[in-house]
Amino acid sequence: MTAHEIHDSLKAKFGDAVLDAKLEVMQPWISIAPDRMKDVAFFLRDDPSMQFDYMMCLSGVDYNDGRLGIVYHLFSMVHKHKIVLKAFCTKENPHVRSVSSVWGTANWHEREVFDMYGIVIDEHPDLRRLLMPNDWEGHPLRKDYKVPEFYNGMKVPY
Amino acid sequence: MEAFQNLGFWGTLLVTVVLSALPLVFILLYALVTIYLEMKVAAHMQDRLAYMRTGWHGVLQPIADFIKLLQKEDIISVAADKKLFILAPYIVFMGTYGAYAAIPFSSIFIGANIDLGAFFIIGVSSLVVVGILMAGWASNNKWSIFGAVRSAAQMVSYEIPTALAVLIAVMITGSLNLQDVTKFQAGGIQNWLIFGGPLPLLQKILITPFTVITFLVLFVASLAEVNRTPFDLPEAESELVQGFFTEYSGMRWALFYVAEYANMFLVSAVAVALFLGGWESPFGSFLSGPIWGMFWFVIKGMVLVFLQIWLRWTLPRLRVDQLMYTSWKVLTPFLFVCIIAIGLILVL
Amino acid sequence: MIETKTLPTEYVTHPGAIKSSSGKTLRTDEMIINMGPQHPSTHGVLRLEIVVDGEIIVDVIPHIGYLHRCFEKHAEHMTNYQQVIPYCDRLDYCAAINEEHSYVLAVERMLKIELPERVEYIRVIMAELQRIASHLIAVGTFGIDAGAFTPFLYAFHDRELILSLFEMTCGARLLYNYFWIGGLSHDLPPQFVGKAKEFCTYFKPRIKEFNDLLTYNEIFIKRTANVGVLPKDVAINYACSGPMLRGSGINWDLRRDDPYSVYHKIEWEPKVGKGEMGTVGDVWDRHIVRMCEMEESVKIIEQALAALPEGNVQAAIPKRIRPDAGEIYARTETPRGELGFYIISDGSSTPYRVKGRAPAFVNLSVLPDISRGGMIADLVLIAGSVDIVLGQVDR
Repeated sequence: MTAHEIHDSLKAKFGDAVLDAKLEVMQPWISIAPDRMKDVAFFLRDDPSMQFDYMMCLSGVDYNDGRLGIVYHLFSMVHKHKIVLKAFCTKENPHVRSVSSVWGTANWHEREVFDMYGIVIDEHPDLRRLLMPNDWEGHPLRKDYKVPEFYNGMKVPY
Repeated sequence: MEAFQNLGFWGTLLVTVVLSALPLVFILLYALVTIYLEMKVAAHMQDRLAYMRTGWHGVLQPIADFIKLLQKEDIISVAADKKLFILAPYIVFMGTYGAYAAIPFSSIFIGANIDLGAFFIIGVSSLVVVGILMAGWASNNKWSIFGAVRSAAQMVSYEIPTALAVLIAVMITGSLNLQDVTKFQAGGIQNWLIFGGPLPLLQKILITPFTVITFLVLFVASLAEVNRTPFDLPEAESELVQGFFTEYSGMRWALFYVAEYANMFLVSAVAVALFLGGWESPFGSFLSGPIWGMFWFVIKGMVLVFLQIWLRWTLPRLRVDQLMYTSWKVLTPFLFVCIIAIGLILVL
Repeated sequence: MIETKTLPTEYVTHPGAIKSSSGKTLRTDEMIINMGPQHPSTHGVLRLEIVVDGEIIVDVIPHIGYLHRCFEKHAEHMTNYQQVIPYCDRLDYCAAINEEHSYVLAVERMLKIELPERVEYIRVIMAELQRIASHLIAVGTFGIDAGAFTPFLYAFHDRELILSLFEMTCGARLLYNYFWIGGLSHDLPPQFVGKAKEFCTYFKPRIKEFNDLLTYNEIFIKRTANVGVLPKDVAINYACSGPMLRGSGINWDLRRDDPYSVYHKIEWEPKVGKGEMGTVGDVWDRHIVRMCEMEESVKIIEQALAALPEGNVQAAIPKRIRPDAGEIYARTETPRGELGFYIISDGSSTPYRVKGRAPAFVNLSVLPDISRGGMIADLVLIAGSVDIVLGQVDR
């Protein structure tokens, strides 16, 4: 299926959950409302014409304009087609629904996004920091992140 | 020992100390040699050279290692049970060393020529399990306790096949005294118990397959008794760090190490005395006598030790359940069959 | 300060549970053990919090991040795109060339550069040599996990030969910085082709020797067959890749299915696990897939060496690399699986965002699911068969 067809069927199925799309670029993407992410994900995985069973990548992004986002790169081992989904949220209200019940691999990726960008993944089964220490303050990959002076009494910038 | 009867108290004490120190000297010398041998054999199996700098081909390296271990700081972790922690290596070493008393090195040199020699060795060397359990418990480390529990289970279950194999040798020779067992096999390689001993031809032919199996089982079981690959689970490095001696260092660790190597020779010595003619020369009366006897005994023992080293650097290790399976469902039934068959053949 | 996942108090029966005569499950006490970060078999600084009932594993909770070096933050703060390449090397220090390949490929696709044929062929040769080197580490250390030490040194002996080929080419033995955007840092030295061919002829019988020593050893098979079975659907759901995925019987290899470089011009086939010794997707299958892949890599190298064209090793690229604003996700098949780089460009000369999709990270996340109910000794083997490199897991 081409990106246009996928976009059309998502639009038909979910209507206003599909916010935005850019389909003429090298890797076309569709933007989904963050609170509808899980439903869309289930549809994309289980619909026989979609069958996006393989999540290649899940990355957080700070767009530096007050928006944060999660980018989902999906692939179908059956139909060999790809699509990129995006879920945007604001820095003030960083909430996205978890897709880890859809793709198992999303579990750790989402924990990493939470760790690095502070996007709270709703309905995640085990939302803890993944790479940083549990008591670390701040979310390092945000563009406005300031390195703390001290961590547990140890000087951080050296 | 009869020669030293009228020496008075101090004389007897002196003789006892000297005589009992001899195996100790042997163990230490042997440990140095075997540690060197192990490293060299391993290295050459793996396309490398091992020690080359200390002395000719690194022969002084074990001594250097020993001195280094002597100098090391004695570390006992705060959470450890101090008394047991200190005691454990000595008990392990004692179990091994005590068993050397009944090893017949040659026709005149045996620490204690007791009638229950084979039984004594099995009994005393079981003390090692106690030491290992103590070490594992006292270390207050979860990996140590895992190693100790595995070790205890393993040694206890493999004692059954070992004891049964000894029983078979005893059935054929009619004695538990290792000197008698050895003398029974006099007259050359064809009279060794592994080849049925000096029995009438028909019996010998019938019995040989069973004695060969018995010897192999004894060898396998002895590997497990001394925690060597493929049965080195108690100290399986990739699983349990260092097993029961994870927390040990310096001289205490060295004691475990020496005890382990001494144990390797001990089980080989038992197998040699029971099945490979002990100190008897393989060529009948040629090259025999007390001194040559000692030579043959040590050589035969070292061949088995070499086999153990060889296996260690070739095989992966078994899993706990597979280890137990091997003991209880393979080795032990095999030996029961052997016992029945040999018993029937002997009353033929 | 370390939180622990609280375990359910009501247990479902697990394999180690003892049943009393009335059919009720007897609760035995569980013990929580830390395997790592300092442990001989955690391949670096992985920490596994394992809940055991005797020797049986009830649960495994991996804790990672001990080797986190802020790769992604670093990449955003470089002055240009080329400077990220050495950091990619350090992601997976066992297969640095493959990491470079993925990143360089992503940037080149953004720039839409055509590369000279020779560059592509050299890249394939190098990537496959690196794959052999990496698999040698994987199967060698796997041997150690199983308790066999000698295969490890056999493997390292051969790996040394590959490393000296690399040293001959670019001077480095571990972290190469050899693939540059639009080409390579150096051309091959004249004697390289001969030496590489020599290596191929030497190496083929060595694989068989290694198989005889370890792969078909009775004890090794007993230890690995039917252990840590990863079913097909779980493998896909967890987005496993590389030997992990192929070990589960899925015929999937990015070199063939999402082609890059000149792999489509070379004859070879991906190897999949068939469950020869036990179940499809067990630890032994993953091991044999790696062994077979080394053979395939030798085939690829031989063909690429034979077809190696003459020419330039650097394409014409702009002096300052400024890809148009946009984003790309490019993926390659590394020895551990699918390595992808998601790069966002804002049109400036530094990447706006670089995300590395590390195969070891993704493969490791399935570890708890496949090791429950096994024994501690199995866990060691399963973790070994996942073939993690902590540099890549933690980035």
